[in-house]
Amino acid sequence: MCTVCGCGGGTLTIDGRAVPMRAPAKAHNEGGTRTWRPAADTPPVETEAVHATPGHLHFGHGPAHAHAPGLSQGEMVRIERDILGKNDALAAANRRRLAERGVFALNLVSSPGSGKTTLLVETIRRLAGRLPVAVVEGDQQTEFDAERIRATGAPALQINTGKGCHLDAHMVGRALDELPPPQNGLLLIENVGNLVCPAAFDLGEAHKVVILSVTEGEDKPLKYPDMFAAADLMLLSKVDLLPHLSFDAGRAVDYALRVNPKLRVIRCSATSGEGFDDWLAWIEAGATRARNR
Amino acid sequence: MHEMSLAEGVRGIVEDAARAHPGRKIAAVVLEIGALAAVEVEALTFCLDVVLRGSVAEGARVDVETTPGTGWCMQCAANVPIAALYDACPHCGSYQVQPTGGTEMRVKALELE
Repeated sequence: MCTVCGCGGGTLTIDGRAVPMRAPAKAHNEGGTRTWRPAADTPPVETEAVHATPGHLHFGHGPAHAHAPGLSQGEMVRIERDILGKNDALAAANRRRLAERGVFALNLVSSPGSGKTTLLVETIRRLAGRLPVAVVEGDQQTEFDAERIRATGAPALQINTGKGCHLDAHMVGRALDELPPPQNGLLLIENVGNLVCPAAFDLGEAHKVVILSVTEGEDKPLKYPDMFAAADLMLLSKVDLLPHLSFDAGRAVDYALRVNPKLRVIRCSATSGEGFDDWLAWIEAGATRARNR
Repeated sequence: MHEMSLAEGVRGIVEDAARAHPGRKIAAVVLEIGALAAVEVEALTFCLDVVLRGSVAEGARVDVETTPGTGWCMQCAANVPIAALYDACPHCGSYQVQPTGGTEMRVKALELE
């Protein structure tokens, strides 16, 4: 029996040729082939089994032995699951664990060489005695960054992703097992230096913080929009170097706001200390919210 | 190359769903990818070709349905179509546009033979 409409497939014939019941009068090549309407602007994908010989279009050769407009002959099983669903579930679990401890967690993302680690070292140095900090470092290889953080006295765990281009929520969950962040403290997660891939992966953080250094191009927000769209705060870093560069800071900020109108921007320098009052005040406000939740 | 991770995610979802239909061959995997999603469809389908080998969906067709990008224009107070995250509002030219649709990455359906 036909799985589309329940008819006895291939039993009706006209002029000796099998014609499925309720078949359309003509070849149905327009419209979608699924049980729902294709998304707007999507060209329909023709998947039906049409056996064509000169003067003859046969719609009954598919597994259902019948054709109905808008349906393919295979059985469609709706799933509707987010590709990142597993990561998002693990990120939600991380977020719960962090909330239970009152921890404010930030996921720091940028291209390689933007000065993330130097910025973290200076941040930890200035927060000493004000807020306990733990750091998770993500790099493809080496433990160099974790060693730099440990030299400040803050606990740090290094994740090496091997060939991986980003941290994911599973890795960070493992890191939380190994290095429980301090109660009511700050967890800084330094992601793999990569302005593309980490944008898609929620780790359970409160905010993504994107760092754009002025030694890069001011058009980076337009060239890598996903990351700037995913972030809540942009640190425009190394601003002490601006007098020596042709970098147009105003344009960089304008481009970033085109991608993400809600993006907060702080101009800073780990060398001169410019902007650190704002950056640390932003952190402390977040940490207070996390503590009191 | 986070497309490889996404492809692994697709494989996991497909294998979970296929368990409810033992012995059935999967003819197609239907994905829904938004125009503003953080993924390159070409790269994803390339990765799926590799990742689905040896799975229940080996050799299955991969259909990708794209959903258009939309954003909320704060100036117009209206939903407007946008093709990229940095697009201006097509009506007023403002960049105060927050993406509201077209960021999804989903496995929508399986077609069983």
